[in-house]
Amino acid sequence: MSERQHDRPIWRHPMPKDEDLAHQIEHEREQHLLLDPRYPLHIDEGVLDPMYRQGRLFWLVCVIVGGLVAAWGATWLVQMFYGLGITGLKRPVMWALYIVNFVYFIGVGHAGTFISAALRVLKVEWRRPISRAAETLTVFALITAAMFPIVHLGRSWKFYWLLPYPNERQIWPSYHSPLLWDLTAILTYLSCSILFAYIALLPDFAMARDHTIGWRHTLYDILSLGWRGTEREWGNQETALNVFSFGIIPVMFSVHTIVSWDFAMTLQPGWHSTVFGPYFVIGALFSGVAAVIMVMAIARKGMRLEYFLRPEHFDGMAKFLLLLSFAWDYFYFNDVLVPWYGQDPVEKTIFALLTGGYVSPIFYLMIFSNVILPAATLWSKRVRTSIPALFVVCLFVQIGMYLERYIIVPVTLGQNYLPFDWGVYTLYLPESLITVGAFALVAFLYLIASRFIPLIPVWEVYEGQVLQGLRRIGRALVKTRAEPD
Amino acid sequence: MAEFPNRKWTMVIDLDKCTGCGACVVACHAENNVPIVTEQEVIRGRGQHWIHIERYWEGDFPDIKAHFLPLLCQQCSRAPCEPVCPVYATVHSERENLNLQVYNRCVGTRYCQNNDPYKVRFFNWFDPVFEEPLNQQLNPDVTVRSAGVMEKCTFCVQRIRRAEEAALVENRPLQDNEVLPACVQTCPPAALVFGDLNDPNSQVAHLATDRRKFRLLEELGTEPQVIYLKGGESHV
Repeated sequence: MSERQHDRPIWRHPMPKDEDLAHQIEHEREQHLLLDPRYPLHIDEGVLDPMYRQGRLFWLVCVIVGGLVAAWGATWLVQMFYGLGITGLKRPVMWALYIVNFVYFIGVGHAGTFISAALRVLKVEWRRPISRAAETLTVFALITAAMFPIVHLGRSWKFYWLLPYPNERQIWPSYHSPLLWDLTAILTYLSCSILFAYIALLPDFAMARDHTIGWRHTLYDILSLGWRGTEREWGNQETALNVFSFGIIPVMFSVHTIVSWDFAMTLQPGWHSTVFGPYFVIGALFSGVAAVIMVMAIARKGMRLEYFLRPEHFDGMAKFLLLLSFAWDYFYFNDVLVPWYGQDPVEKTIFALLTGGYVSPIFYLMIFSNVILPAATLWSKRVRTSIPALFVVCLFVQIGMYLERYIIVPVTLGQNYLPFDWGVYTLYLPESLITVGAFALVAFLYLIASRFIPLIPVWEVYEGQVLQGLRRIGRALVKTRAEPD
Repeated sequence: MAEFPNRKWTMVIDLDKCTGCGACVVACHAENNVPIVTEQEVIRGRGQHWIHIERYWEGDFPDIKAHFLPLLCQQCSRAPCEPVCPVYATVHSERENLNLQVYNRCVGTRYCQNNDPYKVRFFNWFDPVFEEPLNQQLNPDVTVRSAGVMEKCTFCVQRIRRAEEAALVENRPLQDNEVLPACVQTCPPAALVFGDLNDPNSQVAHLATDRRKFRLLEELGTEPQVIYLKGGESHV
């Protein structure tokens, strides 16, 4: 695409004679994707070309990651054969890494929908090239997360007993249990997310269909559901996306609130807290946005999407991340302050463990990653627009948020009312392998998807470019925006 | 058919009488086919005893004193473990006021144990192994649980059933002390007493009016059916 760097669509105004102004326009074009229009064909190529490329590195990563996923499967089989005893679980720590993974991946799955739905509703224009990458991440993270309640079951092969369907056992699942609320919320969210992502994908599948031959053409022909791009189709798609955008936001908030209820509804000291709902939602968005930034950075590098994903997008996301970091700090402070004021002996013990006990390295690393590092770096525009620096910050946020869930689940569970039963959970090999496998599964699904799904929503970018423009008023350049109607 | 009357099965544990000998633990293992796990597993915190003696130390050596607290499922009237089960594996028997565990329904979410403030529910980490000659003495009235399910004290529900049915056949009311769970039957100093609190003449009804009585973690509102009689200095 490089030789066409300066191609300008013919319908745009010619470059002004005034050199100053021309420089300014050039500058704006470099900064903003939506002010830098290309011919649609070039944009299509920019998205489709990397999908056909499977270099040696791609296959290498595929094999490594696929191997780790296979290791998960093998470990799971061994666990089912021998029993959960092969993990490090023990009394009283009945839930540990599997539930940590579950909460973590549900959290990662939150940002995608938030970015594409909430920012769409709020008409934030820079979201346009990001939304697809975020939505796909949501779907894959949710699929991975949904595996974990099954992996963690004592009898995994009976998981369908939790599903409400008329059955020969003549028994309906108990909707008193937060686990069932959880299941309902997650399946709702997963199906909504898939539909939402798919509706937004239709025009891009049609675009891919029109540019491909052979089996890819057949595949996209089926996937695009006969999309032709008539006005009626665009209108229906717009309506459907708007309905989903507004509908999915409350679902998103409810999902992580309900996940937090798995803990908050119990009598366990340290879990039994009313702040858990909003605290979990913010935590989920926090880790999710950081995950989307990481995926964006990897996709940009790996698939040469520099034209689409520009520093301005990373800048916007990083600002959002900083905001979420502050919000998370506030809720975490609440989560500590209220038990401290209550002086409950068990919660005091847990807090003492965090600040000076065996968990203190984890605790301080979490505080560093979630509180200190984002606040210390993300205020600076240089960090926000430097992709490697931002990647490192986001990696720390991921680690911090994972440790936060680790503290909430196995560490807190170790202490309860009767001190005779207290215990310390230690990690064993099976759950470590399965955890690594979970990260590998998300990566694997993403790798496969990156070669089949246009990772940049071409129609959205194109729409944004048509609607946005620069207008010269006197000697000033003014950004203009039209509303689609 | 004659109706079974409503019961309120209750256990009274006199902590003054308890010597911490552990006979109840052994009896329970024998009666209820509770798996005997290896020493290593016990060290890892996977000891499996439906009734166990929690030992708390008070003071420093040589002025040291041990307190024994026999702990078993408290058969709460408002059990926290029940509503969290998604598959109705742990359910309440209103008639007997018992907290039942249906092993065949359990899928092993282990949520009940997390929400159990007494931590008296046990998970089968592996399939149970009964080495020779222990396999010869398995109780045919009690299911042997497989790996991946939760289990807990049932107040020896099989003995309750047997005694109730015997009384029904003979067309007479159930006598006090006719039902004896294995731990109660075995307790050498008779620290454990079992009976129906609804029967005003029963031994438990009498003991339940004792000044020393308390229920474990009563403030949580679980309404346990195990009544403890305070030990230590209270009788001096």
